Amino acid sequence: MQEGAVLQLRGISKFFPGVKALQNVDFTLRAGEVHALMGENGAGKSTLIKCLTGVYPKDEGEIYMEGHEGPVTIRSPQDAQNIGISTVYQEITLCPNLTVAENMYIGRTKGSLTRWKQMNKGAGKILQELGIPASPGQQLSSCSIAVQQMVAIARAVDMECKVLILDEPTSSLDESEVAKLFKLMRDLKARGVGIIFVTHFLDQVYEISDRITVLRDGQLVGEYVIEDMPRVRLVSKMLGKELGDISDIKKASDKAADMSSVPVLETEQLASAAGIKPFDFSIHKGEVNGFTGLLGSGRSECVRAIFGADRVTGGTVKMNGESVKIRKPLDAMKCGVGYLPEDRKVDGIIGELSVRDNIILALQVMKGFFKPFSRAQAEAFADEYIKKLEIKTASSDTPINSLSGGNQQKCIVARWLLTDPVYLILDEPTRGIDVGTKTEIQKLVLQLAGEGKSVTFISSETDEMLNTCSRLIVMRDRKVVGELKGADLNQDMIMSTIAGGDNK
Amino acid sequence: MSAETKTPVKKERRSAGEVLKRMTRHQLFIPVAALVLLVLFNLIADPSFFAVSLKQNSLGNPVLSGNIISVLDNASELVLLAIGMTLVTASSGGQDISVGAAMAIAGSVIIRLVCGGQVSVDTMQTSLILAVLAGILVSMIFGAFNGVLVAYFKIQPMVATLILFTAGRSIAAWINNNQLPIVNDQVFKYAGTFIPGIPVPTPVFITIFVIVLFWLALRFTNLGLYTQSVGINANASRLNGLDPKMIKLLTYVILGACVAVAGFIRVSRSGSINYSRIAENIEMDAILAVALGGNALGGGKFNIYGSILGAYVIQFLTTTLYKYNVPSTALPAYKAVVIILLVVLSAPVVREKMSHIGKSSKRAKEVA
Repeated sequence: MQEGAVLQLRGISKFFPGVKALQNVDFTLRAGEVHALMGENGAGKSTLIKCLTGVYPKDEGEIYMEGHEGPVTIRSPQDAQNIGISTVYQEITLCPNLTVAENMYIGRTKGSLTRWKQMNKGAGKILQELGIPASPGQQLSSCSIAVQQMVAIARAVDMECKVLILDEPTSSLDESEVAKLFKLMRDLKARGVGIIFVTHFLDQVYEISDRITVLRDGQLVGEYVIEDMPRVRLVSKMLGKELGDISDIKKASDKAADMSSVPVLETEQLASAAGIKPFDFSIHKGEVNGFTGLLGSGRSECVRAIFGADRVTGGTVKMNGESVKIRKPLDAMKCGVGYLPEDRKVDGIIGELSVRDNIILALQVMKGFFKPFSRAQAEAFADEYIKKLEIKTASSDTPINSLSGGNQQKCIVARWLLTDPVYLILDEPTRGIDVGTKTEIQKLVLQLAGEGKSVTFISSETDEMLNTCSRLIVMRDRKVVGELKGADLNQDMIMSTIAGGDNK
Repeated sequence: MSAETKTPVKKERRSAGEVLKRMTRHQLFIPVAALVLLVLFNLIADPSFFAVSLKQNSLGNPVLSGNIISVLDNASELVLLAIGMTLVTASSGGQDISVGAAMAIAGSVIIRLVCGGQVSVDTMQTSLILAVLAGILVSMIFGAFNGVLVAYFKIQPMVATLILFTAGRSIAAWINNNQLPIVNDQVFKYAGTFIPGIPVPTPVFITIFVIVLFWLALRFTNLGLYTQSVGINANASRLNGLDPKMIKLLTYVILGACVAVAGFIRVSRSGSINYSRIAENIEMDAILAVALGGNALGGGKFNIYGSILGAYVIQFLTTTLYKYNVPSTALPAYKAVVIILLVVLSAPVVREKMSHIGKSSKRAKEVA
């Protein structure tokens, strides 16, 4: 055991049928540090966490904990908790219909009687100590996602954990919520808790972490102190190649689309049941534009209205100058519109179905109930896109939910490319996926535009939108508040438009 | 279906452990294993179980007789229900518990039309084909009723179908004015017994016909892809242009058609109907057949052939128990024991353990 370390993993390996998910990985966590675990999707971060928390049995290697002689055995999440390792997952794993206090103590009360008073008091104390804006008697579902996440952390803290694992805790939080979470993390750090922080956001890593461990393809790349690690180097470590790719993607989009032609798609006063204010929108052949705005500003609702995903309550849509009726997604698909939804898990993938079925689904539905593709045809389609988009999968028969997030996303992209759309809507295609795939997707968008397709690209990361879009529609409070193009396309302008300053 | 087609002993020879592992992982492992066990048990206990002989029935026609024939014959209704139930389970993540009552309705409609309102007829009053089609139509309408409750009103399938489960047998009795008509026309009984000159029971042919129909439907339409898609993720399916509500409704209507055919076979066997006893508790066997076939009762992916096999396993078990003179009152208890065993064995937890055994035996071999 190293000096000052609370947790040490040595030579951890984990094999899945046909895949070496982890090979001989070492990892050391010191008391009172925030240690970022970085890597592309499929690098082995999740697997490492799962081996550590007893979700998967590890195949090789040893785990040492401070205060335990020799290697510890962790066979279940319960074991992990007992020796002081707590995990807060990306998806809240608490019970929304119970109160905050109940959630904090569930499964931890001794004996068959619950002492409610004591429980509420204890919970109140911790919440106050950690500065979490929630009361013990409040129903959990009435708290915001960020607060729910904090309650999960409070639960972990109360169990006197020495190691806290945060698995992408920030992916569904907005900036002010992230700030609150970071404050909480700093408090915990001061108490000597070692925190393992898994995230895709580079900014956040640099804001809060002390050390970074990088994994790639199931192997340890190295452990670095944050000060010695400039961003570019970190990214290139994660990708395993020198950078330069990202910077040159902008070039292609300089070739601006012909804005004088009849728009491929044009909406007038379109409104949907999701509560957005009627909006006008248009996109031309070969154009890439985007909706930007804060979380909940109505970006997704706009594109969902265009695609007919939400019930349209008013307005008109014209395609190539001709009026069309889009009442349901199939109408939009028949007009040549494709839509990659914001939430991959809820709206995108068909979990247990194979990669092949997932890829052909949209085209198959358009073709009709009585005209299924032959097995060979479907396989040919799937293989073509697996190759084209470099989807990492054992075969086209593999269930899509066993793929990593980035590869799942590529399958959904493939699904829509297969339908050969004239207009493709990509809502947060880069969310929760690794840097490498993010870049690939951005490149793909520009390539599609080069081929004469129109693309609407939405991302929470403004950089990405600036990289790809030649026009941005800015939204605030479910209303279009501005449109930016040309020289106005920069961070400052976007911010001020969102904030409601100078509208142009 | 034989066990040989399922065991992957092909091409290169694999280690015993690996073969075992692959076998236990296969979805059809449990129903096939159960069938093999039942066959083995009967072979050892009394090989005469499998004896098939050609006899003369009461009408003087040559017919095949024997336990195996009886299994194939008597499983027919259950197989038909299991097929429809599989689709309903896959699309809506729940089961239709009204199939027994709906069989009574379909049977009652057919009998009513055939009898033309009389209590006892010697010749059919309506063409049999017309009567059966009417039975199928009515049954599909009731299926649609269930489907609408489930798909459009989003009621839990078991609760939605509880309505028809409760009311179905009364509706069936009402259709025939509470009478118990008897059809003495032998032609009416062809479907449930034998067609003169053909020694194989007619229900076997009907079942094979329906199975082939579904095989074709699954192959030449997107029924399989759509129902699975909707069952796994209705949201995503909708965004891919599917209409999840319509597809759920469709599966209930299809089940309705299966129910009607099963109901027809059942009333055709005796030429009469007993509203409260016809197809009693068959819904539970149908659900069990789906589960035995390795299908998740929570919906999603399905294997229709697993359910079919499951139905035959259940009937095989029943027939075996009858053969050993288990009193009919004690039958459910015996069945329960065997079923607990099968269900526990097919539970994912246990299967995981079994594949571990396969793994460790492979390791042991490598070491040796």
